[in-house]
Amino acid sequence: MGNHDSHADIDKTVKTYIIVFVSLLVLTMVTVAVSRLHLPVAAAVAVALVVASIKGTLVAGYFMHLLSERKLIYWVLGFTVAFFLAVLLLPLWTHFDPIIN
Amino acid sequence: MEIPYTVAERPDTGLNNGKIGIWLFLASEVMLFGALFATYLMMRTGAVAGSWPRGDSILNVPLATVNTVVLISSSVTMVMAWASLKRNNFAKFRLFQGLTVLAGFGFLGIKYVEYSTKFHHGLFPSTNTFLAIYFTLTGLHGLHVIGGMAINAYLWGPGAKLWKTDPEHFTNRVENSGLFWHFVDLVWIFLFPVLYLL
Repeated sequence: MGNHDSHADIDKTVKTYIIVFVSLLVLTMVTVAVSRLHLPVAAAVAVALVVASIKGTLVAGYFMHLLSERKLIYWVLGFTVAFFLAVLLLPLWTHFDPIIN
Repeated sequence: MEIPYTVAERPDTGLNNGKIGIWLFLASEVMLFGALFATYLMMRTGAVAGSWPRGDSILNVPLATVNTVVLISSSVTMVMAWASLKRNNFAKFRLFQGLTVLAGFGFLGIKYVEYSTKFHHGLFPSTNTFLAIYFTLTGLHGLHVIGGMAINAYLWGPGAKLWKTDPEHFTNRVENSGLFWHFVDLVWIFLFPVLYLL
């Protein structure tokens, strides 16, 4: 978020924060409600991660002002996402390609 | 020597130094938690079929749900504290920043109840791999909550003196500490379903 936001801009932003807050609360209840359905593991993981990702996007986009950030921050985060996925998924190869004696 | 570009934007980055600094730090934090999430994934996929417990069979989902609401609420109060400074309303900043710190205490209090109940029932990190990764991930997250609270409390109290001499610099500090606090909230948003609900 820039350094020169006017009061009117801030007032508008505050309204957005409240909407995001309510959305986050609703999505939290959705996550808990879906977990009670005892879906098959794959479906449960998919739903939980999709909802969590939506919540994460709302927090990062609005509370952390990522929707209106400078390009350099996007570059930093782009690299971070790439390395995060690497650290998360590369070890899984060992699981799907085990050494069998 | 004064730190340069605490308020003005650096011509080459287009950002003040505090902002780029906190984002680089958060990038390293993503990798720290990423390594532990990868550990969780490996342990879960490597577990004998049917042996990995569903989180809600061991953990207290209602308490964790309340904690999720507490942390989300604290993210809103944090961003409202920053917005209050942008509106030149220092009293409101104090209120919202204080509420953010209090919410941190609330989160830790609930976590204390959860942990102590587990210990009371003889459930420790050494009990099984699920509890090992549960305590490691939530413990590390808890340390981040404590760190964020310390910074937020400092900015609520003695650190707020800067508002009188350099309000824009102070507002940037609150924004940057807020970025850390929102990150702590963001990590919990993923920890909650992964550990408690799946």
